[in-house]
Amino acid sequence: MQFGIFTVGDVSRDPVTGRTPTEHERIKAMAEIAIKAEEAGFDVFATGEHHNPPFVPSSPTTLLGYIAARTERIILSTSTTLITTNDPVKIAEDYAMLQHLAGGRVDLMMGRGNTGPVYPWFGKDIRQGIELAVENYALLRRLWREDVVDWKGNFRTPLQSFTSTPRPLDDIPPFVWHGSIRSPEIAEQAAYYGDGFFANNIFWPKDHFQKLIGLYRRRYAHYGHGTAEQAIVGLGGQVFMRANSQDAISEYRPYFDHSPLMGGGPSLEQYMEQTPLSVGSPQQIIEKTLTFREYFGDYQRQLFNIDGAGLPHKVVLEQLDILGEQVLPVLRAEFAKNRPAEVPDAPTHASLLAARDAAQPAGQNDENEREAV
Amino acid sequence: METQELTISVVSAGLGQPSSTRLLADRLAGAARRQLEASGVQVRIEVVELRELARDIADNLVTGFPGPALAEAVKAVTSADAVIAVTPIFNASYSGLFKSFFDLIENTELIGKPVLIAATGGTARHSLALEHAVRPLFAYLRAVVVPSAVYAATDDFGAQGLDDRIERAAGELVNLLIRRAAAPVRAPATEEAELVPFAQQLAALEIQ
Repeated sequence: MQFGIFTVGDVSRDPVTGRTPTEHERIKAMAEIAIKAEEAGFDVFATGEHHNPPFVPSSPTTLLGYIAARTERIILSTSTTLITTNDPVKIAEDYAMLQHLAGGRVDLMMGRGNTGPVYPWFGKDIRQGIELAVENYALLRRLWREDVVDWKGNFRTPLQSFTSTPRPLDDIPPFVWHGSIRSPEIAEQAAYYGDGFFANNIFWPKDHFQKLIGLYRRRYAHYGHGTAEQAIVGLGGQVFMRANSQDAISEYRPYFDHSPLMGGGPSLEQYMEQTPLSVGSPQQIIEKTLTFREYFGDYQRQLFNIDGAGLPHKVVLEQLDILGEQVLPVLRAEFAKNRPAEVPDAPTHASLLAARDAAQPAGQNDENEREAV
Repeated sequence: METQELTISVVSAGLGQPSSTRLLADRLAGAARRQLEASGVQVRIEVVELRELARDIADNLVTGFPGPALAEAVKAVTSADAVIAVTPIFNASYSGLFKSFFDLIENTELIGKPVLIAATGGTARHSLALEHAVRPLFAYLRAVVVPSAVYAATDDFGAQGLDDRIERAAGELVNLLIRRAAAPVRAPATEEAELVPFAQQLAALEIQ
């Protein structure tokens, strides 16, 4: 089981101090959060991709490349990479490059973004959102798996004898997750390819995500990648904690009340009852996170959202300390209990490489393999 | 034919206590019940008082999901065999609370549902708001709205005529319901049944 941090990358006013960080401060803070996450014992850091204020991470591989140079172990990922508006050729190149620099510590989560206007900014049509996600990803897969690609689709200029460089590290494409908050088509896409499926599991009640994950698991089995229980599931979650739960509630309340996504409606207490948001003592965070397994089955990746909404950077770093010292060790032990042996871990570069080598007869080299394609 | 029980969901957007909107809603539901029972059909009436859900409705608009009580109310309306929807007329149209509640219902959930619309207001001069505002709302939702809409001004509650209009409109709803009850029930679609298999999505793009 992997544990990680995912950040949206918003630059928000701190409702308590009234201060808004600069973009520069926020970008440096995001990098520092990732580096600190590795120190705290996390396995994954994922950044959002956005192309409009108040968000800063428009260039995820630049950020992740910087973090790669400053870390040694943590997997660098996205939450999400816009498969609709990015050119799949550029995604193939950028993330293969990152893979080489990060020594294979890279995977990606495909998504369609959270704002309609982004489509025309990149010359795309939102009405074709699903079709773009389907076609672009089909091309991306080929660019990573075939050295020379001829291609003709609907959304970009055709490719003739095109080679995307660099080739993926060890010819192992990065593992791909597909993130969706409401589209069964995306759960179906993830299941079809045997890719991972991620439900952000924030801002909505759990039953909403249960439907999508249930569908993904059944379709994963339908396509013959394994049993429904073996499907590769990732979940988000949003947490804030202090030693004393009342302190956590009172400190977090102004951030909740002023959050553009959560504020102005139900109280913090009601919202916690109805959604996966978890604010309280480390023990309460542990208990609530452990319920995810009851609702969604044994899963592979748990990402926490701990920043944004104007929370001071210092407080976010404290959250990482508390998570690393008091929450992660317990969660790792508890999630390991009674976990069926046939439930796999999330694929990593090392595990995919080992699986490929095990499947490939000794002595067969890559060049022969390429000739055969 | 076996005795069966139908469900009518009554949505009242009245705000007062007691509320003339609720009073009208109850009279419409009562008339529908009497007529159905006279035809040998049992009916269960479930009232959704929007006043009690006002906060939940506003919360849902903000958060994008319903709290438990509101989720139950929405389910009561969408799963009922028929709906009686009654709103006060404010500023020439349905009340904001009434509209906000129906804004939270998926626009496919009321397709084909028999609906009786009714409204209350201070004077008879607002009566056509039913035809110009409430009926188009349900037409958009592709509900089957019965031809007679019932408007009750304050004066109507003491005057001749309202009873007849209630009986007539309830009768139209009952006729629809009885015909529908005889029709075979379609099984609810599963998530898989609504899904386009991926290979089909891919093939439709004709990628070369």
